[in-house]
Amino acid sequence: MKEYNFAYLDEQTKRMIRRAILKGLAIPGYQVPFASREMPMPYGWGTGGVQVSAAVLTPDDTLKVIDQGADDTTNAVSIRRFFQRTAGVDVTEKTGEASVIQTRHRIPEQALREGQIIVYQVPIPEPLRFLEPSEVETRKMHALEDYGLMHVKLYEDISQHGDIATAYAYPVKVEGRYVMDPSPIPKFDNPKLDMAAIQLFGAGREQRIYALPPYTKVVSLDFDDYPFQPTKADHACALCGSTTSYLDELITDDAGGRMFICSDTDYCATRVEDAA
Amino acid sequence: MYVAVKGGERAIDNAHAWLAEERRGDLAVPELTVAQIREQMALAVNRVMAEGSLYDPDLAALAIKQARGDLIEAIFLIRAYRTTLPRFGASLPVDTGAMACDRRVSATFKDAPGGQVLGPTFDYTHRLLDFKLAADGEAGQVAEAAPLHGPTPHIMGFLDRENLIQPEPAGETTPPDLTREPLELPASRALRLQALTRADEGFTLGMAYSTQRGYARNHAFVAELRIGAVAVEMEIPELGFSIEIGEITLTECETVNQFQGSKTQPPQFTRGYGLVFGMTERKAISMALVDRALRWAELGEDNLGAPAQDEEFVLYHCDNIQATGFLEHIKLPHYVDFQSELELIRKLRRDAQQMQEAAE
Repeated sequence: MKEYNFAYLDEQTKRMIRRAILKGLAIPGYQVPFASREMPMPYGWGTGGVQVSAAVLTPDDTLKVIDQGADDTTNAVSIRRFFQRTAGVDVTEKTGEASVIQTRHRIPEQALREGQIIVYQVPIPEPLRFLEPSEVETRKMHALEDYGLMHVKLYEDISQHGDIATAYAYPVKVEGRYVMDPSPIPKFDNPKLDMAAIQLFGAGREQRIYALPPYTKVVSLDFDDYPFQPTKADHACALCGSTTSYLDELITDDAGGRMFICSDTDYCATRVEDAA
Repeated sequence: MYVAVKGGERAIDNAHAWLAEERRGDLAVPELTVAQIREQMALAVNRVMAEGSLYDPDLAALAIKQARGDLIEAIFLIRAYRTTLPRFGASLPVDTGAMACDRRVSATFKDAPGGQVLGPTFDYTHRLLDFKLAADGEAGQVAEAAPLHGPTPHIMGFLDRENLIQPEPAGETTPPDLTREPLELPASRALRLQALTRADEGFTLGMAYSTQRGYARNHAFVAELRIGAVAVEMEIPELGFSIEIGEITLTECETVNQFQGSKTQPPQFTRGYGLVFGMTERKAISMALVDRALRWAELGEDNLGAPAQDEEFVLYHCDNIQATGFLEHIKLPHYVDFQSELELIRKLRRDAQQMQEAAE
């Protein structure tokens, strides 16, 4: 596709995005405003992630795109095709073979290694947004490290429900400074945020980029007497038998029959192949 | 064994093929041409140009055809195309005083230099379905008057001369570009106007209407509404002077609003302003009302907590491409998030039940 620049965005725009990424890496967990562009897919469908991926991709990269852990969900297919068309990069479904992984709502089961980049699509980058709707106010709260509201919310959850009632997009504290939204990954994935790969978060509509350099200390918020607990369905995968991976629940008949399978399709398929 | 939803690629291809077929509709009916849409659906084309922020009637008409008449989808196509265009420079500010007006009305003065021109308006038509149009859409010959020559002075200028209206001195700095820099608050008026001119017509209308009904009311008179062609000029560095590079149609609305004064200032009228691509009257008037409501701080008014006064609320929610994308994304898969919620609610219910049983 010659009508557009490599990876769609023009070089000036990529430079602007790379600067935001570098700033984000220098201040882990801080939300860097950037001049998000209209992309040929709708806002809310991964435009932030797509812009970040476009800015970091080189012709030698191998790209993997997942949505809900799966390579073959429709929006993952659409984004993968977009980069095949505009960047001509190699694509893969293998987590280990990818140099750049764009994801929506999951972190792969296989641990990422140094040299890899994982790009998260972020709908609402502001962890305090549903406690304080004003952006002017929340930016002030981050600047002053004023996170009392978040702790009160978690406390009220416990007093009302006996547990912290957040199951995904569970807030974390980065290097003891910024409270950050890890994007709507299930809290099961939160412990993996401490990793060897570079993690980049792109929110297109909200015009924010933030980042975690490798081996950044990321702590899920909790209380001493109510420690953070990553949870998953208490089953084994019906296909590969894994008891440690995150599971999707499927409804198999109209009598309420259930089946649980891995949400990470590459992880599951690899295990099935290895067993065969 | 049940296999999880597979075959995303094939489903997408088939969906697109079906969409193309539906777009064309019944093959027995002649296909619409882009020129037909441009000429006969001109107000739809204007809205797509205005909210798409790209003045190109042919591309807007093409977008409407491709979008099957879904105007927000068409606006989206134009926006996505627009971002890929190189910027080779900026025009000089257009001079709406020199507009060749097709329409120019004032609600504040019965007559003024330049006169009142109704132009091609739906106003005063009786909204009765014209069944004749179903069979025969030809328009008869229309009488033409000689065009007015020379500039048409702004009616606000007459109030300005008497110092009856709050002055609006020219700014020193070049305003920021909303499409090149992230929106940061508080925004300048220039930035707010940029956002409003491409804001969703329905949203802007609703906001403006709310001010009329008492949510931050500031009674607005339409001092002037004008629609017509203006020249776009650009300075060419090699030449050292500006040349005309084209002509665009604009709608401009200036409102005179309730006067206000303070201990140091005698009472004065205040202003609201709307300027939109194409013939987009409803949008331009709405924009002027919302602009005026957002100026409360600068004019020393009280914040009444009205939605139209809240810059952050208006600017963050007025863009229909952002809004529709985020709204519609909730139909994407959320299996993973939902699964985590399922587990949480099962656990909370289990805990609650155990507590209850223990209490009994």
